[in-house]
Amino acid sequence: MLGRLSWAAIPFNEPLPLISMAVVAAVIVAVLAIVTLKGWLPYLWREWVTSVDHKRIGAMYLLLALIMLLRGFSDAIMMRTQQAIAVGDAQGYLPPDHYDQIFSAHGTIMIFFVAMPLVIGLMNFVVPLQLGVRDVAFPTLNSVSFWLTATGVLLINLSLVIGNFARTSWWNYPPLSELAFSPDVGVDYYLWSLQISGIGTLLTGVNFVTTILKLRAPGMTYMRMPVFCWTALASNMMIVAAFPILTATFMMLLLDRYLGMHFFTNEAGGNQMMYANLFWAWGHPEVYILVLPAFGVFSEVAATFSGKGLFSYRSMVLATLGICILSFTVWLHHFFTMGAGADVNAFFGIMSSIIAIPTGVKIFNWLFTMFRGRIVFATPMLWLVGFMVTFVIGGLTGVLLAVPPVNFELHNSAFLVAHFHNVIIGGVVFGAFAGYQYWFPKALGFTLDERWGKAGFWCWLIGFYLAFTPLYVLGLQGMTRRLQHIADPSWQPWLLVAEVGAVVIMCGIFCQIAQLYVSIRTRESRRDLTGDPWNGRTLEWATASPPPPYNFAVLPRVETIDAFWEMKQRGLTLAQSPYQTIEMPRNTPIGVVLAFFASAAGFALIWHIWWMAILGLIGAAVTVLVFGWSEDREQEVSAAEIALMERARPGQGSAA
Amino acid sequence: MTITTIEAIPTELAYGRGGGPAPTRTVVAYGFWIFILSDIVMFSALFAAYAVLSGNTAGGPSGRELFNLRSLFIETMCLLLSSYTAGLGMLSAERREVVRFLFFAALTLMLGAAFLFIEVSEFAGMVNRGAGPSRSAFLSSFFSLVGMHGAHVTAGLVWLVYMVAQVLAKGLRAVVLRRLVCFSLFWHALDIVWIGVMTLVYLMGAR
Repeated sequence: MLGRLSWAAIPFNEPLPLISMAVVAAVIVAVLAIVTLKGWLPYLWREWVTSVDHKRIGAMYLLLALIMLLRGFSDAIMMRTQQAIAVGDAQGYLPPDHYDQIFSAHGTIMIFFVAMPLVIGLMNFVVPLQLGVRDVAFPTLNSVSFWLTATGVLLINLSLVIGNFARTSWWNYPPLSELAFSPDVGVDYYLWSLQISGIGTLLTGVNFVTTILKLRAPGMTYMRMPVFCWTALASNMMIVAAFPILTATFMMLLLDRYLGMHFFTNEAGGNQMMYANLFWAWGHPEVYILVLPAFGVFSEVAATFSGKGLFSYRSMVLATLGICILSFTVWLHHFFTMGAGADVNAFFGIMSSIIAIPTGVKIFNWLFTMFRGRIVFATPMLWLVGFMVTFVIGGLTGVLLAVPPVNFELHNSAFLVAHFHNVIIGGVVFGAFAGYQYWFPKALGFTLDERWGKAGFWCWLIGFYLAFTPLYVLGLQGMTRRLQHIADPSWQPWLLVAEVGAVVIMCGIFCQIAQLYVSIRTRESRRDLTGDPWNGRTLEWATASPPPPYNFAVLPRVETIDAFWEMKQRGLTLAQSPYQTIEMPRNTPIGVVLAFFASAAGFALIWHIWWMAILGLIGAAVTVLVFGWSEDREQEVSAAEIALMERARPGQGSAA
Repeated sequence: MTITTIEAIPTELAYGRGGGPAPTRTVVAYGFWIFILSDIVMFSALFAAYAVLSGNTAGGPSGRELFNLRSLFIETMCLLLSSYTAGLGMLSAERREVVRFLFFAALTLMLGAAFLFIEVSEFAGMVNRGAGPSRSAFLSSFFSLVGMHGAHVTAGLVWLVYMVAQVLAKGLRAVVLRRLVCFSLFWHALDIVWIGVMTLVYLMGAR
């Protein structure tokens, strides 16, 4: 009846997961209680859960990512602490089985449920505004994407409470991840949560490619698009081209595990290296899927806070598209030690070095944008400068690792761990934080506190160098990654420094939480009435903060790049012509209903509860069919209603 | 304050050249094309797996012993003809000829079902001979690639029945036509994939 599920699945004998589970459960119950008692449920359901507004979906993605950042970070600091104390005779506080689950969960969560929702959330919020349009191409699909991502988050966090998580690292290589060596539910949690959220990500890719290529304000030709839109386009094209590979790969592993097939097994002709190749054929584009939107954020930030247009827009666009293509030609550098031979390794080594060139072009573009600009060192600008220094170091160690003989020495060492944290934290996370600080006033209508923001930045920056520079040293000394116990006591001082670094980063996170809290408390005094708090250049700053549901009462006409800057130079504002009726997509519960059935089916498949899996899949199919029949998906907002809303806008005495 | 309603935004330029958002029909078909491209990437991963594993028979039967080119010819003809009838159905739908559309939809359904029937009997025969998907890596990749195509055909048939129901209930309105365009793109894309399957799996495997 319940498949593999029994009371034994709940870890009563392990205090750590049990306590964290109790805390999380208490928080969830408390939040639900407050929401219910205050009577907010109908509002939340009507305005957020069922919303198809790209701005709200973007905000929900960001909230999801920030919560999961806390989860991923607590995994990180647990690992740091274990490595700092489990030296020589000491065994630390985490047994190997638990430690293996933690490093697997840390990587999986940070990539799929922090970095991805951060960049997708920013793209959701910003892209339609920058393009000067009212929503994405398929608003309902957008809601489905978000809720499927949330399903993945739910499943991966359930593994903390019911059963266990994979011990196979975030890339989940077979044969370890095959049924013979990982017979319990851990790997299945990994596979199903990523499979379901992966469908959501793929739909996001389809949605945004279509939006950017087919829905732009009148006059916005390709070469007038803001650079963030270009990077979003490149990133989403890579999602469309790369995520199906991941889906197919996980499907093969699932078939091995569920139907006894032999794609990657040791026996009957399976080939484990095929998994590595397929995984990284997705995985390397994935890192550029993450980092290109961050580059886009930095391009906007550099131009805005230097008070001048981006240096060499065309080379920036070319470099973005160059990276988009080259990213598919470097995957083998993740396993030079496979034994593919000198020729193959040389090709991928050279390609991996070449991809640094367009990235270098971008760094120079940002530098020259700042050169002789009127630089305002607001928090987003600090993140940009911190990023440029940090990312260049990460890029240089990356080029080192791209040399196959060096790679043979440093493969799977702490040096590698330091390198990819250097580019992912220094690139993606710094970029996402810059974007969060930059667009927050646009999203919520009030600015963030600068003092806490800057304190958060400095803690993150200093903490980052303290935490990861020692790992470069340790890697060169021969320390491999994922060690639950440190045999060589001479490594301990470095690991203690890294632990201090993790604590400093934690202070940074506290500063950011404090920043949010203080800003919300003092929001009345920090209202952004102009809609343009930073003296911005692109169209999102032309409309109100927060923007009305329809973004622009009258679609702007675009005649140059930096369209809003040009409007300001000419003394123009939006809404020069009379309002007309707007068609807006209607809110719909389809996304959350689909996610409900996907969660049920995913959970049932993990635990082999076949009847529930079938019910979940039928439910999902029926939901799709019901939606496919519907027609009444849009509602009209009349010109009179728009006029009312425009007049009610803060700081807007009269419009039209 | 006076509020007046004016005509649509002036679009002197074509939408692709900066004339504003494209019409819904274009957006829907274009988005669906992008989705199909992603689907083809997924198939390409399965093709790659098949290419890597096709020689790994682990002492079990190989393609030469299993594949029957005569039934392959029949099922290929069924699928290609179904694409032709689907195309004729689309033309009738564009001309708002409901009866002709229904006729071609029925033909498409029958041909697609015949294709599926032949495929399923082939699979059943192989499993009965002890050549099921868990026999060897070659057979795992064969069943997954061909089966994934078959699953798409099945989904397509369900979709076609659903579309026939929509045409009967709603008539050939713009929104129904838009959905038919997506179905038609999907159905033709399955042909493209099948050409790859036929060549790489069956013709090259039966040598």
